[in-house]
Amino acid sequence: MRVAVCDYGAGNIRSVLAAFVRLGADPSATLDPEAVAAADLAVLPGVGAAGTAMTRLRARGLDEALRKRVAGGGATLGICLGLQLALEESEEDGGVPGLDLLPGRAVRLREGRVPRIGWAPVEPGGEAFYFAHSYAAETPAATGHSEGFVAEARAGSFVGVQFHPEKSGGAGSRFLARCLSRV
Amino acid sequence: MPLPRLIPCLDVAGGRVVKGVRFAGLRDVGDPVELGAAYSSAGADELVFLDVEATLHERRTILDVVTRIAGRLAIPFTVGGGVRTAADGAALLGAGADKVSVNSAALARPALIGELAELLGSQAVVVAIDASAGRVRTRAGTQDAEREAVPWAQEAAERGAGEILLTSIDADGTRAGYDLELTSAVADAVPVPVIASGGAGGARHVADALACAQAALLASILHEDPARLTSLRAELRAMGIPLRDAI
Repeated sequence: MRVAVCDYGAGNIRSVLAAFVRLGADPSATLDPEAVAAADLAVLPGVGAAGTAMTRLRARGLDEALRKRVAGGGATLGICLGLQLALEESEEDGGVPGLDLLPGRAVRLREGRVPRIGWAPVEPGGEAFYFAHSYAAETPAATGHSEGFVAEARAGSFVGVQFHPEKSGGAGSRFLARCLSRV
Repeated sequence: MPLPRLIPCLDVAGGRVVKGVRFAGLRDVGDPVELGAAYSSAGADELVFLDVEATLHERRTILDVVTRIAGRLAIPFTVGGGVRTAADGAALLGAGADKVSVNSAALARPALIGELAELLGSQAVVVAIDASAGRVRTRAGTQDAEREAVPWAQEAAERGAGEILLTSIDADGTRAGYDLELTSAVADAVPVPVIASGGAGGARHVADALACAQAALLASILHEDPARLTSLRAELRAMGIPLRDAI
């Protein structure tokens, strides 16, 4: 199972690669739009700032590659910032246009301690996953919630999660295995 | 709020977990990857690895250790020690760490906090504060930093720290309980999560710390023994602390 992990300089992709290796998949870090198109599963990871991340994706043509892939029904997973970038826009940095794979926008967290860091249950299911974020999605495509925040959203072949499955122990590993099994 | 977190802390030197850093001899107590994996299996929510030598020669060693840990562990981990520039932090994250922690280097040059946050995101930046009688100590607690703990924690958060790791030097090693007064004062003053550290002797102490802070650092209480983490978690759950189901 070929997994293309977009390596556009937005944070810790080594853990994402390691998580797929542990599941017996064949992940590779890539900046090549053709590799993203050809993979069985494409992953858009990411931590940090939305504006910088979108600039880097566009510079490599990965924004178009991801849009085409999802339009063609190719399984695609966005993690943390990868979910937020998939929306129409983020309110970060005064407004950043997103990939528009999902309806809605990313908004700054306004309650509780920010960043929101730690393990929290995700409904449905109730299993705890690890979160580390200062923005959250507001989207009608939400399919999972955690303490009132969007934890998972889906549209077509795109699945985005706010938590870090690669850092969520057994629960995260089972989530990634389900992603691979649907490909 | 997310669930309260238990975070074992391992001191690392020369690529090995060591003990007795405050004294002359460093005793080798194991491999950081194996011990880290054992704590993860025992239900640790995160791990902290402190590079206690952090010399130039050591940088390469710690990066190799971080790479091995990231390949094995499926929980988040922070690496501290020797981070003096944003590039140092980026190298650790590139090797697979989730967060970096800074202490003396941030006191010497507070702008470092903002530079790290800009490059890595606030969620990856932990500012560690060692305090005694409400005042900040620097250089492994050996010098007065000429700052008060609460305003320094506030400044660190304003500059972009995503978490404050607060160690009470007065309580550290006493096993008489965390410094709850200091922990509450800092937690009330900052908008970011606070990790309490120093003084844990038993489950009651950890439970008390988790009533003030979002996480508790566990060092000497565990004696480098993952089985102690398992029993501690059971004791805390019996007290009604909502720890995650680590399956």
